Amino acid sequence: MAVSSENIIIVKDLVKKFGSFVANDHLTFEVRKGEIFGFLGANGAGKTTAIKILCGLWYPTSGELNVAGYNIYTQREKVKQNIGYMSQKFSLYDDLTVFENIRFYGGIYGLRKKEISERSKSLMERLDLSAARDKLIRDIPLGWKQKLAFSVAMLHNPKIVFLDEPTGGVDPITRRQFWNLIYEAAHGGTTVFVTTHYMDESEYCDRVSIMVDGRIAALDTPEKLKFQFNASTMDDVFIQLARGK
Amino acid sequence: MKRFRAFVVKEFYHIFRDYRTLLILFGMPAVQLMLFGYVITNEIKDARIAIYDPSKDIVTRMISDKILSSGYFILERNLNNIAEIESAFRYGEVSLAIVFEPEFAKKMEKNGTAHLQIIGDASDPNTANILVNYASGIISNYLISINSEKVPYQIIPQARMMYNGELKGVYMFVPGLMAMLLMLISALMTSLAITREKELGTMELLLVSPLRPVQIIIGKVFPYVFLAFIDAIIILVLGNTVFHVPVLGSITLLLAESFLYICMALSLGILISTLTSSQQIAMMVSLVALMLPTILLSGFIFPVENMPWILQVFCYVMPPKYFITIIKSIMLQGNGLACVWQETLILLGFTLFFLMLSVKKFNIRLA
Repeated sequence: MAVSSENIIIVKDLVKKFGSFVANDHLTFEVRKGEIFGFLGANGAGKTTAIKILCGLWYPTSGELNVAGYNIYTQREKVKQNIGYMSQKFSLYDDLTVFENIRFYGGIYGLRKKEISERSKSLMERLDLSAARDKLIRDIPLGWKQKLAFSVAMLHNPKIVFLDEPTGGVDPITRRQFWNLIYEAAHGGTTVFVTTHYMDESEYCDRVSIMVDGRIAALDTPEKLKFQFNASTMDDVFIQLARGK
Repeated sequence: MKRFRAFVVKEFYHIFRDYRTLLILFGMPAVQLMLFGYVITNEIKDARIAIYDPSKDIVTRMISDKILSSGYFILERNLNNIAEIESAFRYGEVSLAIVFEPEFAKKMEKNGTAHLQIIGDASDPNTANILVNYASGIISNYLISINSEKVPYQIIPQARMMYNGELKGVYMFVPGLMAMLLMLISALMTSLAITREKELGTMELLLVSPLRPVQIIIGKVFPYVFLAFIDAIIILVLGNTVFHVPVLGSITLLLAESFLYICMALSLGILISTLTSSQQIAMMVSLVALMLPTILLSGFIFPVENMPWILQVFCYVMPPKYFITIIKSIMLQGNGLACVWQETLILLGFTLFFLMLSVKKFNIRLA
């Protein structure tokens, strides 16, 4: 599915302060339905704060926010039902089996029993995990866990999926496979909002925003950004932005 | 509701997969009860004593026999001179010495008085006190029995210990242990369970999901209500079958009060978990801030009335104190709600207070 012109996330003048420290300084941006939106920035630039606010984990200090068509202040529950989330910390339960984890997430998103068994079956086939159905999560390799965590976050067919540094600590091959999953999700019409440290990954995104010190320093497609900064890679763009303040 | 059920099912998986914790949960009440019941006991049996009897007449022999046949004392040795008393105590051979004066019977006959000294080993003051009391009791009984014909009047006090006729220590420990273990399981285990989700990062995932924070908290706590309740029953049944501690009052009321106390401890556990973010801190806080006061300041072992007033003030803000009062009253005195409604209200008050405080803290965290 192609990226539509419809906006699914609308952020206007988002400010988040922790005491006198301004983590998000008047962020304004839109994410279009069906696109892969890369959210980049150095550690402490305010990425995680922004993603937590968009997911409804924290309240913003001020600003207008609309996520998946719902107001973040007044329609939190609707927002939550329509988004998926996978964090940089590992997000499955170690002492539950693959299937129990899937069933749990299906359950808390209110899926019916039949839906859960159908979706978990197709999910495990897609990830080649059918044989590991009754294995504890702690006994399967990290790469699989990460793919499974992503698929679980997609289980309730959310309109938007937020991925907070999903590929931290995995090998390049698994990262490649992981991005294939992301492409699949985007093709299926899900909007993907992803933060990452890896600059090569940002090339896979439809559009990229780069945060520096709580502000959005640049926002465009990777090609246009490279052209604008006269750089050959996104790495260069990023370094120029981070230094040139 | 369906979401909530899925959540509770997951919690039970966590608990049943972790069989070490499970073992502690169910093994602990049994082991603790046996320890407290058998090891820590105020009852005296077969205390070893020494007797120094230079007169060796009919009266001293009668008194010695009475003492030794009481069942509380056994004769470790007969002393030959005063100097041996010191060494008998020093080497820990005896915990009590009885010293008769020379020509005991003759003096009693002639003057009407004779002296006898009871020496206790006060390096262990409680035991010494009890032993001295037992020995003097036996001697005064003897005196009454030989005087009954000669004296025109006499007063015979008859002491009766209500509610615990045999003065069994375990009557005190069963209520105390209930208070301690229910507190431990409820407060410690829930605070650990909640902080664990925080540490693993799964708490964020739950908060992003459509589950409400209240559902998350109740879902985490719910299984422990169950487990703590089972523990309460284990303690009561063991206390009743092994140590014959009775439940004179209504069992329903007793269980209802236990339920209230469990809820109070759980809300404390929730409060602790909203204040801390790591399991280690939660554990330290639960152990130090809850366990020690529960043992020391609740009237479990040491009577509140004997403490300095400033500590007494602390005692009055310790929820376990009220629970112990309640269950003692129901179990041992057979009282109904009419006698314990005040304490019940206080426990209810504590529960609501802790809950409100943790909801407030939780909201601050979200903002």
